[in-house]
Amino acid sequence: MSHDEHGHDNHHDHDEITTDGEPEAAARVRALEELLVEKGVVGRDEVRRRIDWLVSRTPADGARLVARAWVDPDFRERAVADAKAAALELGVDAGSSPVLVALENTDVVHHVVVCTLCSCYPRALLGPPPDWYKSLPYRSRAVSDPRGVLREFGVELDDDVELRVVDSTADVRYVVIPKRPAGTEGLSEDELAALVTRDSMIGVAQPSARAPT
Amino acid sequence: MSFRLGDRVRVSARAHDGHHRTPGYLKGKSGTVERVHDAFRNPETRAYGADGLPAERLYRVGFAQDEVWRDYGGGSSDRIYADVFEHWLEDA
Repeated sequence: MSHDEHGHDNHHDHDEITTDGEPEAAARVRALEELLVEKGVVGRDEVRRRIDWLVSRTPADGARLVARAWVDPDFRERAVADAKAAALELGVDAGSSPVLVALENTDVVHHVVVCTLCSCYPRALLGPPPDWYKSLPYRSRAVSDPRGVLREFGVELDDDVELRVVDSTADVRYVVIPKRPAGTEGLSEDELAALVTRDSMIGVAQPSARAPT
Repeated sequence: MSFRLGDRVRVSARAHDGHHRTPGYLKGKSGTVERVHDAFRNPETRAYGADGLPAERLYRVGFAQDEVWRDYGGGSSDRIYADVFEHWLEDA
């Protein structure tokens, strides 16, 4: 994706605002926050509360959704139709994104999620995105060479599996319900949830029947 | 113009100076409406402090990968999806 897609970059100067030891981006964010607080657009408490909430999210909530979908086909259907409502059934607040969609992986269909334009990600369910998700190589190659990217993550898809790349371009957030691994028939819902990794809910990994160590 | 599930649509190939959420690699490409989302505030005006109204209908559009990329290396049933606002879609 070309840099031109980020049109907002065209409309401000690139003067450095760095202070000693502080990364440029952090300094810029801090300066913006100061301005917004000064102008009464946001309150400092509001910013802190929002940050606290965001960093308190972890993939464990997404994993609970997936485990429930594995054991309860009706729930799985509801999650595919409206994952935000399904998450609420589990007491999980799916956050401020208006729409959350669950994408179900099967023996014949595999979904992988990317945001080519920036780093849209279901943070409420998965926590902050990994750095590679925000990197230019992932964002460009996940759309043009998804099978190659999956191979680098250790996922080798059969040729007859339909690979569906979903680019989160707007107001909808996507989470993958990975395929339930074989050999997990006797496990409880909690034990199943422990097998569900963050990467498997992005679609770049398959959960295995043994919990990650 | 509004679209329905299953409609064939083309993403407008027009240039747009400023923030927008239509990926360049899909401009000019044809696909199928796979899901009709709600209407959302327009990010193209919201990005500059406006209210983004009127809200624009959003669609999930699916494309055949081998029609999007020349020399696509995967299977012919592989697909790529993106959410595209109505004012970027044309009849195909």
